[in-house]
Amino acid sequence: MDILEIFLSASFWAATIRIACPLIFATLGELICERAGVLNLGIEGIMTAGAMAGWMWVYQGGDLVTGMLFAAFVGGLFGLLHAQFTVILGVSQHVTGIGITMLASSLSYFVFKMLLPETTTPPKIVPFQAVEIAPLSSLPFFGEAFFQHTFFTYFAFALVPIVIYILYKTPLGLALRTAGENPSSLESQGINVFVIRTLAVVIGSSLMALGGAYLTMSAFDAFYFGMVNGRGWICIALVIFASWQPGKALLGALLFAGLDAMQVRVQLQLGALIPYQVFLMMPYILSIVAMVIVARKAKYPKALLQPFRRGERN
Amino acid sequence: MQLSGCPFYYSIKKTAMPILEIENISKSFASVVANKEISLSLDQGEILALLGENGAGKTTLMNILFGQYRADSGQIKAWGKVLPANSTDAALKAGIGMVHQHFTLAENMTVLENVMLGTQSLFALRSNTTGARRKIENICRDMGLTIALDQLVADLSIGEKQRVEILKALYRDAKILILDEPTAVLIPQEVEGLFKMLRKMQKSGLSVIIISHKLDEVLAISQNIVVLRQGERVAHVATASVDRDALAELIVGKKVIQPTIHELPPGEPILQLKQVNLFHDAKGKYRLKNINLTLRAKQIIGIAGVSGNGQRELAEVISGVQKISSGSFEIQQQDCRKKSIKQLTKLQVARIPEDRHSAGIVGEMSVWENLMLEDLGSAPCWSRGIWIKSSAAKERAAQLIEKFDIRCANMQMPAKLLSGGNIQKLILARNLQLLPKLVLANQPVRGLDEGAISFVHQQLIDAKVSGSGILLISEDLDELLRLSDFVQVMHNGELSRAYPRDELTPKLLGILMSGGKITAATDHTLTDTDSALADTGS
Amino acid sequence: MQFEIREHTPLAFLLAVPLVAVLCSMLLASLLILWAGQSPLQGFALIFEGAFGSSFAITETLAKTTPLIFTGLAAAIAFKAKFWNIGGEGQLYCGALAITWLGTGMIDLPPILMIPFLILIGMIAGAAILMLPVFLKNKLKVDEVVTTLLLNFIILLFVGYCLEGPLKDPMSLGWPQAEPIVDSGVFPALIERSRLHIGLIFALLAAVVTWAIFRFTLWGFEIRAQGLNAVAARHAGINSNWTILKVALLSGGLAGLAGVSEVAGLKGYLTLDISPGYGYTGIAVAMLANLHPLGVVLSALFLASIFVGADFMGRSIGVPNFIADIMVACSVLCILIGLLLCKYKIRFNFSSKVAN
Repeated sequence: MDILEIFLSASFWAATIRIACPLIFATLGELICERAGVLNLGIEGIMTAGAMAGWMWVYQGGDLVTGMLFAAFVGGLFGLLHAQFTVILGVSQHVTGIGITMLASSLSYFVFKMLLPETTTPPKIVPFQAVEIAPLSSLPFFGEAFFQHTFFTYFAFALVPIVIYILYKTPLGLALRTAGENPSSLESQGINVFVIRTLAVVIGSSLMALGGAYLTMSAFDAFYFGMVNGRGWICIALVIFASWQPGKALLGALLFAGLDAMQVRVQLQLGALIPYQVFLMMPYILSIVAMVIVARKAKYPKALLQPFRRGERN
Repeated sequence: MQLSGCPFYYSIKKTAMPILEIENISKSFASVVANKEISLSLDQGEILALLGENGAGKTTLMNILFGQYRADSGQIKAWGKVLPANSTDAALKAGIGMVHQHFTLAENMTVLENVMLGTQSLFALRSNTTGARRKIENICRDMGLTIALDQLVADLSIGEKQRVEILKALYRDAKILILDEPTAVLIPQEVEGLFKMLRKMQKSGLSVIIISHKLDEVLAISQNIVVLRQGERVAHVATASVDRDALAELIVGKKVIQPTIHELPPGEPILQLKQVNLFHDAKGKYRLKNINLTLRAKQIIGIAGVSGNGQRELAEVISGVQKISSGSFEIQQQDCRKKSIKQLTKLQVARIPEDRHSAGIVGEMSVWENLMLEDLGSAPCWSRGIWIKSSAAKERAAQLIEKFDIRCANMQMPAKLLSGGNIQKLILARNLQLLPKLVLANQPVRGLDEGAISFVHQQLIDAKVSGSGILLISEDLDELLRLSDFVQVMHNGELSRAYPRDELTPKLLGILMSGGKITAATDHTLTDTDSALADTGS
Repeated sequence: MQFEIREHTPLAFLLAVPLVAVLCSMLLASLLILWAGQSPLQGFALIFEGAFGSSFAITETLAKTTPLIFTGLAAAIAFKAKFWNIGGEGQLYCGALAITWLGTGMIDLPPILMIPFLILIGMIAGAAILMLPVFLKNKLKVDEVVTTLLLNFIILLFVGYCLEGPLKDPMSLGWPQAEPIVDSGVFPALIERSRLHIGLIFALLAAVVTWAIFRFTLWGFEIRAQGLNAVAARHAGINSNWTILKVALLSGGLAGLAGVSEVAGLKGYLTLDISPGYGYTGIAVAMLANLHPLGVVLSALFLASIFVGADFMGRSIGVPNFIADIMVACSVLCILIGLLLCKYKIRFNFSSKVAN
């Protein structure tokens, strides 16, 4: 099976879409935070929390859609905590993010261990199933590639145009973007900077948690330690790679997922020659490469990482 | 009632009573009293000037009016109704608009986006761009403004950015417009354009408060003047009843000794820039074009110009922060094109940066640590190899604190707690103590009170007398004319020839600053500008 | 709510802040212990017993303190310069890899030379790997947070590969582990029949040296100035690229030293799990010590005792030992608030109407 064959296999495209979804959620989430001026390094922990929360909700008897909502809610809570530190108090966004990641991860593992103490193999739930869209789902090639996905997957893709619309076509989006460019501008127009930034962080964190929940509720069906495996950090690189634009974020996530799906398949071929660790390293190496490519021209939101304090100017 | 000239101001009714009443406003920041029981009133259609030195409390008062600060006591009534405190939203709804001294525009967004921000409810589902465009076009037509709505603010000139700020206020149906030092960034010709616009707005019923420290402009445009000094209102007079000298006395209060200017025979050349160019990759423009500058010992050369025309780049090139793209750059006859900042300091170059807080001191470090910041490793008395001898450093700091009269509680306190004037003295102490050959002073007295200004100028003159060459970059034409032996004007990255001080007047400087060139025979250039200047009475 | 800069921060404040942060995290832990159906008092007693309750416990705690001092110093130095080195974990493993490569038979020297040799190459390895993010930052302006972080994952995978391949111990019966360090390179134990080794002495030495660098030398001054105000430092002639380089060498070197200490001191050979996240915990250690090198020793001791004690408590009463990580995370967040309060006074304005 050479490269061309891989491209022509429907399962490759289906895998690409599946791998891309958590990246889409988390990248959009981080993008919203950073567009408003806040770097959210809690992404890895929040994804873990979302993964655990959504899964546990279903495991304890809830249904899948409310599980998604619960995961988003948990993410929003951590986002609110993050915002208290970074937006209201204006302390280091780097350290707060690392602290939130630690807290969210360890709390997730603690709760999981508390509720399921006697497990060696992780228990499973019934995750989202593929949705039948007649007649699209039964098309040759395209059916398997694009139209046999779960509700969660379609939701991820539907989210992109929604985020684009809100960011660029509504007053709220305008305020959010301005918060990341020049918060004094907001203040002089009578809008409370703290409210806008907090809102952005909360919404962004909810999306990140959904990204984690996707892993346990759609892509797989169990929660295990270390499941997020650095995806959160990769998304931070992806946001820069996407120049903080949602459309490009979608493309970046798909590109990345495609390379990841490719790598799995190529590994089957070359597994004997190249150690499997090399393939596993690929996503991280690619992220670094992606950042290097865009670094020179990166147009950061001007007010990113700058806390806003009233009365302390000039 | 339809008012002439501006159809969109139909809602302003003419009232006899004052539309704005500020009553006994007081405000302190920690131990500093910024406003002390200030009262004033504004009538409709009036242009009121708020006059005072830097630090007198003008901006604080207006920020309270605009809801950005909360007063400690007192109240404000707009159209007879008490204005809710600390709410910009309430101020905007009451028809108060403010154009800040430092623009509050988002550079990476378009003009339209900046103007529309905050004008619709955040719950609205759609930004009403078509309606906005229509309204803005109407306003622009009525006020004679031209502005490209879809341009990025970053690409606008400073004058254009100011127009966007005014447009923001007009778009929100401002009936009282506050302008904070609007002419600080304009050349004399642009100032007249602004004043024309203000008079037009006045005719349509708008009222204006203009904050300024420039006496001539205030006399030209206002009907009434309120003078603030050290946080208190010392006068509220009709403009027609005062003249320049009376106002100056009201502002300053006590008499301040002006430093004496020495005429000295110049020494050998210290700094030589020949045909220096500086490219800017991102936009492909030249930041500095064909700069020629020769500064000799015992000489002060002033660089005039509206900020943003290349002064910062010139300062960065001379201090080593940026490397020139072509041309020759010598200090004390040594080629400096490739030297690092540290190497330049070894050549006895002293730098007084433009932004003292962010580039001059490390605020969190103590005063004595900041005093040794500049000459790390090169002053043997308090360092040996990689070791710091802190007792020796503190001794030296104590001497400098006394000699330069730096007011601080003790030398351990963080430098950022010093007042602006004392920070500048610290920077001077650090730099001038080493008897530098070249002093690069960039806006050295910006934001300082009269006493500190005198002190700084005296230090510069003393340095000149003891043999330094001083390059003075300043936006303050008075300062330049008072101190410089020669003046060169910066415009659009180009530097004019060196004019001896006696040849120049503020009017001629204005022409040069806007790009006009003075011919050898006469000093008439563009006839428009001449008559415009005549209107302002200079 | 208004912030006013404090003119002077009483020393008592600065010392109280970590204590209060710890107390807050203990509060949160208490709630969790209650949820587990146990008594918080008993829980903390068990933690204390597990950490200090016997001479064995004490040596265990001190043994765990050693790597935390190294990674804590690494993080403190870097953060002081506002260089966000989150790659301590990877640098630790690089140090461990280096001594495994060179110290398991390839080079053999008498102990008086071998141990310093291992320390040296461990530090070089740790510093070297950090050069890539430094280069990317200095020359290409790539943010170091993500690069150092992602390198951790890459390095860990590389270590896994080495342990299954080139560095695999043929006598290990199939387990992925490396050959043991030669005898002359093994750190002698400090206390007989315990896991505590002289690495602790090296760690304490490193802390003192680091403190001296910041207090007495120009390097320390430049690093501090750069971290507090990079623009002013640059204008004063401090070369930011060189400063970052120096910082990275020190920081990476110390983290690499943590790896050396764990392999040559604690375990004797390299496995994939010699570090349960010391690199990341080092960040918490540094924050809790407010980036002060000597404070790092105390905070490393404290955090080590929490981990060791929580393990013991977990085995005794069934509270998941993740509670230690939760306490650490909570302390970090509380410290941020505490440090803010040291720097600023917060005034609350409850008066909604200005007086008439």
